[in-house]
Amino acid sequence: MAENKLTTLKYMADLDYSVVQQCMHCGMCLPSCPTYLETKRERNSPRGRIALMRSIADGDLEVTKEFGDEMYYCLGCLACTTACPAGVNYPKLFEYARAEVEHQDVLFQPERRFWRWLTLRQLFASQAKLRVVGKLLWLYQASGLCRLVRASGILKILPKNLRELEPTTPTVRSKFSDDLIEENESGGSTRYKVGMLTGCVQDLVFSDVNRDTVDVLLENGCEVVTPRSQGCCGSLHAHNGDLEQAKVQARHLIDTFDLDSLDAVITNAAGCGSHLKHFGGILADDEEYSEKAKKWDRLAKDISEWLVEIGFRKPDGQPEEEETITYHEACHLCHGQGISKQPREVLCSIPGLKLVELENATHCCGSAGVYNITQPEQAGKLQVEKVESIQRTGADRVATANPGCHLQIQNGIGAEKPVSHPVSLLAAAYRREKAK
Amino acid sequence: MTLNRNDFTPGSPLHKELAELAGEENVLTAPEDLIPYGFDGTAAMKQKAICVVLPTSSKAVAGVVAFAASRNIPVVTRGSGTGLSGGSIPVEGGIVLCLVNLNQIIEVDPANLTMLCECGVITKAIDDAAAPHGLFYPPDPGSMKISTIGGNVANNSGGLRGLKYGVTRDYVMGLEVVLPNGEVAWLGSKCVKDVAGYSLKDLFVGSEGTLGIITKVLLKLVPRPKARRTLLASFDSMSAAAGTVSAIIENKIIPCTLEFLDKKTCACVEDYAQVGLPTEAEAVVLMETDGHPAVVEEEAEAMAEIAKEKGAISVEQATDEAHATRLATARRSAFSALARIRPTTILEDVTVPRSRLVEIVEYVEEVAKKHNLDIATFGHFGDGNVHPTILTDETDHEEMERVEMALSDIFDKTIELEGTITGEHGVGLAKKPFLPRQFSDASYPLLRQVKSAIDPAGLLNPGKIFELDGESE
Repeated sequence: MAENKLTTLKYMADLDYSVVQQCMHCGMCLPSCPTYLETKRERNSPRGRIALMRSIADGDLEVTKEFGDEMYYCLGCLACTTACPAGVNYPKLFEYARAEVEHQDVLFQPERRFWRWLTLRQLFASQAKLRVVGKLLWLYQASGLCRLVRASGILKILPKNLRELEPTTPTVRSKFSDDLIEENESGGSTRYKVGMLTGCVQDLVFSDVNRDTVDVLLENGCEVVTPRSQGCCGSLHAHNGDLEQAKVQARHLIDTFDLDSLDAVITNAAGCGSHLKHFGGILADDEEYSEKAKKWDRLAKDISEWLVEIGFRKPDGQPEEEETITYHEACHLCHGQGISKQPREVLCSIPGLKLVELENATHCCGSAGVYNITQPEQAGKLQVEKVESIQRTGADRVATANPGCHLQIQNGIGAEKPVSHPVSLLAAAYRREKAK
Repeated sequence: MTLNRNDFTPGSPLHKELAELAGEENVLTAPEDLIPYGFDGTAAMKQKAICVVLPTSSKAVAGVVAFAASRNIPVVTRGSGTGLSGGSIPVEGGIVLCLVNLNQIIEVDPANLTMLCECGVITKAIDDAAAPHGLFYPPDPGSMKISTIGGNVANNSGGLRGLKYGVTRDYVMGLEVVLPNGEVAWLGSKCVKDVAGYSLKDLFVGSEGTLGIITKVLLKLVPRPKARRTLLASFDSMSAAAGTVSAIIENKIIPCTLEFLDKKTCACVEDYAQVGLPTEAEAVVLMETDGHPAVVEEEAEAMAEIAKEKGAISVEQATDEAHATRLATARRSAFSALARIRPTTILEDVTVPRSRLVEIVEYVEEVAKKHNLDIATFGHFGDGNVHPTILTDETDHEEMERVEMALSDIFDKTIELEGTITGEHGVGLAKKPFLPRQFSDASYPLLRQVKSAIDPAGLLNPGKIFELDGESE
């Protein structure tokens, strides 16, 4: 790093220069990058963004608003990470660059600051607060008030972006994870003891998927520990330039589990898994937590990864009707964790389910964390592409293993084609087996 | 007088004029836009342009070139920026003309076995468009998933299939070229036989953007081979591998691919691609034969037999088409995968007559020892094109001096072996200092004479291949 910049740069000054230098700008990432393919402009490509970071590190460029905008135009889908033969650690570059953008406050707007404070530092910093909002949302949706509000036209007073967002608000479940899952569950003979991560969005919107995950774990000889009120793992914070809060969230989550007693900590959300396998890096400088974080990283597993690792039991019995399914690979599962075969293995184990491959299955659907809120136009284009390729498969159902993708695809494709988490389908197959 | 970035700020007269020619949204001047166009795929070279223009039609290209000519502004043309000799690096005070938006396939003509397309079409898209017609576009440079055909023609790119199918030049039947004064010329035709005038199109193939700007390309296609078989053989020495390759060719078999990777390259590629490459062997050879199914079958068996006779440790056949593609794709990633070891990866592409290949590979090993450098080698056994890749750190000046010395030694040896300093990447900036060693007779001034006849003002990609002004060398 150039000397003169060390005084003003915070996060990018901490970043080892070799991470930036690892990019040899060969261009192999270009065809994988959704934003480059959209604009055909180098600055919207992975190597272009890294070049800007390097210029900043070299002191040739300030952290500007243009740079900030560019870092938020990036989806963080990590397709470039899979494409990169040189092994550039783009996730780290991306997180540090966004953190620097926030630190330098080059994107300052009062409204933006308020929303960031409300979401990152309030709602997603405390699961109790998030659940209160969740309950209110559930009331609003379940009481029919939302239909009334929409019909009244009162939404017109909202700013355009919020107004457009309102109909896509996820439907909140009447019961959250803690209502559905006991703190400690086991059934029959147990081979393993695992911790269950209930997540933040998953807890409110897909608590049923959490229940299904526990059912599948029980079915496969796992004793399941599900601590109460876990909260966000900090992935949302780390991906959005709030590395300090990400550390707080990581420490909190580590403290929530008794790591020494567990064989694995299970997540069913790709976005979380991709982040929480790197607590060791996030807490490397934390004397108290660095060792625990390394242990955590070894224990953290995606549900399909864990199932394949322990040799999960294939369900018996044919359902009454056969179904075709296609599988959309969540970016943070395939690119972020290199997990591609395992979810397919889970799907293919289910009797009566026929997997039809999806063209460009690993292309981002545009959800990308909060990208569909911050960059609705680009997110919308990717959503359309994804929906079109799903339609071309002619499959009856879509499987995906991340809440963001789940909602994005369901919103895009409509109610006639259901979207499911692979683990929910496996849980259903086990239940069917028992019903016979 | 050299112009600078301030002369092109939005709202300035020059910016307005360019915006009228190419569309305002296609003229980039912000530093955040210019920095990412300051380099291509070549290590340790960069320069910022005064502005970047992304025209969307041949007409706009001609307009911008005429504009630049009238104001004496240098123009550097660029496609996807994957070049490996610094050929598309901006020149000081120059405009970068990026042609990725000229990306239409205009016509596939199955009756004449040709395809007409714009210069910004991606190389792989050309073969993909030929395939449904049962046709094939063989040149497959390592970056084919993103490189543009215009860039391939301008550099006369090679690829993995050179031995059997030749290189880009062998498939160029015609070109539309914008000349340095902004006039447009069509060169060549759909006719296999065409001897009208000088073969001007051939002058532009491999001209690296110094003579004209290629905007359309008429390509020759060939029937798509019905079958292919891929083999992977490993050896405990490079000479045993080379012996196998020679024996295969002596047996009148011309495989479409004969690629080799040394131990270090194999380890890096395997680390990235995980396709099951042997990482213990000293040399691995990827062999592919294509054509009529019966012939392919017979040749694959013969190749496996020869490899075993010549002492291969193992010979494996790709299990299916997908596996074969994975192996070839893995090989194509070799250069970038080598970047895993050190921060800077300097790739060369010296080429020698096939029979001298082992000599050059062994010499590279000697050079690595002599200058205490880390050099991995892979390349195309079939056509003698070798990629010694120096793994270094551009910020270590002392080591970079040794790199320069090693390169100089390798080039001298190549010329001694009657080879060429560049087989497929072009001279650009990276090999410019070494070109006079190879062009040691009247050929070198001839380059300059051709350049000054076509581009007397020296505005197109000046300073690439050779200095315009002989004095400054």
